[in-house]
Amino acid sequence: MREPIIFEISRKGREGVSLPACDVPQTKIPARLCRSELTLPEVSEVDVVRHFVRLSQLNYSVDTGFYPLGSCTMKYNPKANDAAARLPGFAELHPLQDPSTSQGALALMHSLQTMIAEIGGFHAVSLQPSAGAHGELTGILIMRKYHADRGHSGRTRILVPDSAHGTNPASTAMAGFEAVEIPSDKRGNIDIACLKARLDERVAGLMLTNPNTLGLFEENLLEVTRLVHEAGGLVYGDGANFNAILGVAKPGAMGIDVMHFNLHKTFSTPHGGGGPGAGAVGVTEQLADYLPGPIVASAGSDAQGGQKRFTWCMPARSIGRIKSFHGNFGILVRAYVYIRMLGPDGLRAVAENAVLNANYLQARLRGVYPVPHGDRTCMHEFVAQGKLADAPEIRALDISKRLIDYGFHPPTNYFPLIVPEALMIEPTETESLETMDAFADALLEIAKEASEKPELLHEAPHSSPVRRLDEVKAARELKVTAG
Amino acid sequence: MSFIPNTDADRKRMLEAVGVASAAELFHDVPKEHRFPRLDLPSALSELEILNELDELSRLNSPGPQTPSFLGAGAYRHFIPAVVDAMVSRSEFATAYTPYQPEISQGTLQAIFEYQSMIARLTGMEVSNASHYDGATSTAEAVIMALNVAQKEKRRVLLSPALHPQYRAVVRTYSQGMGLTISGDESLANGFDQLGSLCDESTACVVVQYPDFLGRIAEPRTLSALAERVHTCGALLIVVANPVALGLLVPPGEMGADVVAGEGQALGNHLSFGGPYLGFFAFRRDHMRKSSGRIAGETTDHDGRRSFVFTLSTREQHIRREKATSNICTNQSLNALTAAVYLSALGPRGLRRVAELCWHKAHYAASAIAGVSGYTVEQGEFFHELVVRCPRPVQRINARLFEKHGIIGGYDLSQDYPEMKNAMLVCCTEVTTKEQIDRFARSLEDCRHA
Repeated sequence: MREPIIFEISRKGREGVSLPACDVPQTKIPARLCRSELTLPEVSEVDVVRHFVRLSQLNYSVDTGFYPLGSCTMKYNPKANDAAARLPGFAELHPLQDPSTSQGALALMHSLQTMIAEIGGFHAVSLQPSAGAHGELTGILIMRKYHADRGHSGRTRILVPDSAHGTNPASTAMAGFEAVEIPSDKRGNIDIACLKARLDERVAGLMLTNPNTLGLFEENLLEVTRLVHEAGGLVYGDGANFNAILGVAKPGAMGIDVMHFNLHKTFSTPHGGGGPGAGAVGVTEQLADYLPGPIVASAGSDAQGGQKRFTWCMPARSIGRIKSFHGNFGILVRAYVYIRMLGPDGLRAVAENAVLNANYLQARLRGVYPVPHGDRTCMHEFVAQGKLADAPEIRALDISKRLIDYGFHPPTNYFPLIVPEALMIEPTETESLETMDAFADALLEIAKEASEKPELLHEAPHSSPVRRLDEVKAARELKVTAG
Repeated sequence: MSFIPNTDADRKRMLEAVGVASAAELFHDVPKEHRFPRLDLPSALSELEILNELDELSRLNSPGPQTPSFLGAGAYRHFIPAVVDAMVSRSEFATAYTPYQPEISQGTLQAIFEYQSMIARLTGMEVSNASHYDGATSTAEAVIMALNVAQKEKRRVLLSPALHPQYRAVVRTYSQGMGLTISGDESLANGFDQLGSLCDESTACVVVQYPDFLGRIAEPRTLSALAERVHTCGALLIVVANPVALGLLVPPGEMGADVVAGEGQALGNHLSFGGPYLGFFAFRRDHMRKSSGRIAGETTDHDGRRSFVFTLSTREQHIRREKATSNICTNQSLNALTAAVYLSALGPRGLRRVAELCWHKAHYAASAIAGVSGYTVEQGEFFHELVVRCPRPVQRINARLFEKHGIIGGYDLSQDYPEMKNAMLVCCTEVTTKEQIDRFARSLEDCRHA
């Protein structure tokens, strides 16, 4: 593979677009305001098309094949979602139009707020945050203001389990709290004794990912949330793994006070090569006034047809605005379509099949790849180890890279941090038995190769557009723009 | 439809392999009293039904794209060449995740590298990251970077009152736990001179907008002078810029900016009721290790071939956890790709032409509106937007404009600035026609007594 950088195919004088002539009298543009040069690529339209189509072909994607990237929920993204977001009445709508001329968008957002609240067991929802991490920051700021309003300014700590995503402690720090780590116990749950020891009047709350990043449902969930509440703290739910319990349990009913939903994971909007996503945040009644806003509120019905009307409303004690405008609306449309197409039974079927698929894969691999908590039923994902008895020098990374040669996207590597040589595998519900069997067969074959032909793994991938990259060189030279 | 390929026979086989009788049994760790609650949701719809419903819902959003609109204020209706959507809807781009496995993600990585190169050139800066969520959060991240550059010793932040009101709000939301003093934006009277004199040794950064929220273009020498003053205090100058304007105007990088952030929507992204957009973020190379967000860098592979990878991840949350420069995980990759395709298709002349058309239309609108009795146009250099003083509250004028004339009027500035009573921010781009502007001016005349 060698697709030139677009600047390298630039030729002075080429153009890729035609623009209309000016239909108004022209006004002189003062030269002192104008730039002297701008070196963007000069290419024709066909150059643009071939360049970006070729680049696209260098990507692996859900639409190309199996993508069992743990904790990322790379499920199939239905095409109807995209078709709906492209409707001109949505795609060309200006965010600052008066509510009277954007009732369709407001109605959709209101309905989505209501459905997400119902699915999660929450009282109110804000759709403004743009991503999971953005939802976390929102949630922690809500907790901060809740405590501040009660004069609890001494609550400066947030407890974060050692299995948490890195965004949890980072969001905590960004909101001005100190992150205090809580270890996991032998069964992969929060260490209750340690939690009790840390819970004091300095604690603002706990961030809890459930199911956690080991793919396990917190067995003592109700006790954990009760203990935190008794100590005057709040429980933040990281909804990254919500696909596992969609329609199976409502976090809001189990003591979670505030939670973000990764709409791009659970509700199947395309991940876009790393965004855009959407990180809606749900809260219990006591936190509803703190949501970022404005959010959509019902404004009764109009006099004639009885049609419902909607308006913008800033929650009374809002932490403020967390993003310009109203959130990633185009993503919200997609999530809305998905939920409406599945309905309540379809949502539960998602969780059941996602969990069944993960347990099936775990059962197929358990004898060959160590699974630290393999004695437990996993949820939507499980964490195996890239440690093979017959091939001690083989690492998880080697196994992952070799999987690429078999046509699969590798699992998440080296996360969670508490499992050495982690291979975190999340098949999702949209994969067939045949796909999972093919993936398991590949991993078992790779285990054989590891002892017989280990260089095959060390040097993998062999079949990808490029081979292993020199990441040290990238960080040393820091060439981050075209020369 | 639930997009689940498993058949009953498949499930039976899998349940046997797992050793349970039903899928429901897999959830025995979920507290029994909370297991399988009733979900009060509408029943499932077919694809045909939901698309019909949404088509109807989308039509409740008047007006259609053909309706004249003079609304901008940070989100702009520009022409999007067909090639942009065609490239961005390639599902190899759309359904990939963040490039954790660079060997099979070179498409996304190279496109981001190209995007960074274009943004750096457009802003006149040395480097760019892979993007933030939007213009507002990009501005907040720039402020946080300035705090990090100052080693957390400076806790004062100055915001221009002519910085987008929503961006100022987001900066305040983001930083509410950081113990900062944020000021400067109390009154629109605070121009660059006042911001410069407010800047002191305890100031981490000064944030201004170019052209500003009211469309006003600062004179290059005035902005350069502010940069000098800010640097004398050891602070950073953050310039929030309009990327289309930069197709024409002197880039902030040539006037001493340390960070150029802003909303990239106008670069080929649909309005989409406010998102998804992208926040561009360009800065000086010296600050790379204090910066936030993903950065694609060039390297070579095992065989010596040029290739791309995300670099400097030691700044990021997945490595540094609570010591990371930000909590941000991914970027707005697909929107950044959109900007890269748009800028490639337009090239330097196309972008300049778009900017010139915006300039001429807005200036024509200014002269047309100035000719309407009761309305005055604020003087000075402007881009995209102009401030019109109206004889009546803007809300009332806008209501009549839409109901009687089918026109979406401009932004009501009294929402954000008490001193801007009866002031309307009017926006024109290359899609605004002379006929629309003439009609707008005539309609304003009719709205004098609204």
